[in-house]
Amino acid sequence: MLLQAIAFYVFAAVTVASGTMVVVSRNPVYSVLFLILAFFNAAALFVLIGAEFIAMILVIVYVGAVAVLFLFVVMMLDINMSKLKEGFLDYLPIGAMIGAALLAEILFGLGVWGSGASDTVQAFNSAGIPPAAIDNTRAIGQVLYTQYFYLFQVSGLVLLVAMIGAIVLTLRNRPGVRRQRVSDQLYRSKEETMTVVKVPSREGV
Amino acid sequence: MMIGLEHWTLARPEIFLAVATALLLLYGVLRGEVATAFISVAASVALLATAVLLFTPYREGTAFATLFITDRLTTTMKALVLVGAAVSILMSRAYFEQVRAWRFEYPLIVSLATLGMMLMISANDLMSLYVGLELQSLALYVIAAFHRDSVRSTEAGVKYFVLGSVASGMLLFGASLIYGFCGGTSFVQISQALLAGKAEEIGTVIGLVFVVAGLAFKISAVPFHMWTPDVYEGAPTPVTALFAVAPKIAAISLTVSVLMGPFKPLFPQWQQIIVATAVLSMAWGAFAALRQPNIKRLMAYSSIGNVGYVLLGLAAGSERGVQSVVFYLAIYMVMTLGVFAVILAMRRRGIMVEGVSDLAGLGKDHPMLALAMLIFMFSMAGIPPLAGFWGKLYIFMAAIEAELFWPAVLGVLASVVASYYYLRIVKVMYFDEGTEALDSSSFSVNRAVAMVAAVLLAVFSLAPQPLSLIAEAAAKGLFP
Repeated sequence: MLLQAIAFYVFAAVTVASGTMVVVSRNPVYSVLFLILAFFNAAALFVLIGAEFIAMILVIVYVGAVAVLFLFVVMMLDINMSKLKEGFLDYLPIGAMIGAALLAEILFGLGVWGSGASDTVQAFNSAGIPPAAIDNTRAIGQVLYTQYFYLFQVSGLVLLVAMIGAIVLTLRNRPGVRRQRVSDQLYRSKEETMTVVKVPSREGV
Repeated sequence: MMIGLEHWTLARPEIFLAVATALLLLYGVLRGEVATAFISVAASVALLATAVLLFTPYREGTAFATLFITDRLTTTMKALVLVGAAVSILMSRAYFEQVRAWRFEYPLIVSLATLGMMLMISANDLMSLYVGLELQSLALYVIAAFHRDSVRSTEAGVKYFVLGSVASGMLLFGASLIYGFCGGTSFVQISQALLAGKAEEIGTVIGLVFVVAGLAFKISAVPFHMWTPDVYEGAPTPVTALFAVAPKIAAISLTVSVLMGPFKPLFPQWQQIIVATAVLSMAWGAFAALRQPNIKRLMAYSSIGNVGYVLLGLAAGSERGVQSVVFYLAIYMVMTLGVFAVILAMRRRGIMVEGVSDLAGLGKDHPMLALAMLIFMFSMAGIPPLAGFWGKLYIFMAAIEAELFWPAVLGVLASVVASYYYLRIVKVMYFDEGTEALDSSSFSVNRAVAMVAAVLLAVFSLAPQPLSLIAEAAAKGLFP
């Protein structure tokens, strides 16, 4: 137990620290790298509470895809972050206020959870949290592909719309673009493309 | 848990539409832009075929682990949405050809949006509500910006996207509170939890307020209407026609079934909110449009006002109220499609015009079109015996039966103010001297739509009984 507690505090502290660095750091590339560090530590926290599936998804999807995408965008856009951050301190009061409001809401929620709403907690516990024999990857799969099959399919349609939308709004067919056509290149014959010219010696072409 | 065959038969229209859209998409990708005309017609046919499938045979019940529900109300609303979307696709060709944005993706995105609307109408769970709503919204953001070479259209798309995301966020926040306090997302579970005493907890009420705010954004009710005039004006006109009809009907249907269904135990709480937004929407829709020179913007304010009347019917919270909402929406759809058919026919030397003053002289140059517009405007203003009058009458009767006297009186006053700008259009058409006649346009679809809508309205006006019977049957879906 002690080892677990130590691990929790280490991972949590690194998560919070790297989260802060994402916002504070001057170089946007460092920000993205700190973001990756935060993701890794969050994944470790998930492992600690026994949610290994979510932990792996976090690493594969967020670190593997999303963060790398961010890195590309940051490098391609060439934003001058130090200029963007000039007014940073001006927004501090309102940011702090929003943060305080969110914190208050969490505390409010926890308070209700602990006191009056114990029957709700029981309802959750009886609602479908699987027995310990089933590991959580299997449990998620069972719920996702049977009970929530419909939502899974509709989410697929939402992604299809997002894909079509992105193509429609950005792809432009420009005329006069020379593209490489591999098959055309391969099917060229020697006769079409080459003429053999006999050049008499000492007279030039 | 097995997913039996009955789940598939209940959702058959939706599955058909999804498969048809996917096949047409494949065809479009393989054939390229030459297939656009075919795909456009085929998508409208698919939408209408889906509407037919709803009734042959008609079925009701819940499916997919109670995430999905069909009853008389959802079926009627889906039929309205499908017809509205199909007609708006048919009307879109001339406009997009003129602005060189005639591409095969447009009808397909519209059918996917319509699919989203059908799913959200059929939602029986906060989660299926959200995915349906997102499918619809995401598709609509894209088509608002569909004319991507126009700054106004792109701006409309971005504005709609940003504000729409905020609204979705509010809805999700509310949904999470409700989930936390009621212990479930299914409408049945929520209803049971509320009846078991969760209705008194402040967290549930806060959650309800956020959900209502998110929905009010989607139906553009005051005070969540700010995006409407800008998006309606900036989006391509056929897209505006769609916005004014299909998503609005779908979102109102969703609001009705959420508030009258699981949240019925909280009726005293949400009635105040709905009455307040109804009165504000009616007033804002009437006053803000008074000096509006752009007809698309004017229609945006008009739709805000119309949402106000619909919400007044909902605020009654009775079977009569729901019935009046369905009746009003059917008439609203016909009127709005007709008006937009006329707007899309407004071209001068091949260029679309959209000013109210551009209608000057229409009565002389195009008497039939002007006559149709006259019917739509009188009907929108609620002048007896036209169909719009019956719609408003039913709404006000339901409100008075529920003892909402003051809101009903304010509604009547707002409709008097609003009739000024509807009648101003009639005055401009018949009494103002036009500088140059509008094109005797060659595209016959829009004229045909305008004529059919005008004839339908005339029929509704003389014989509102059949439509009111349909509305009555639909309202039975919520009050078995």
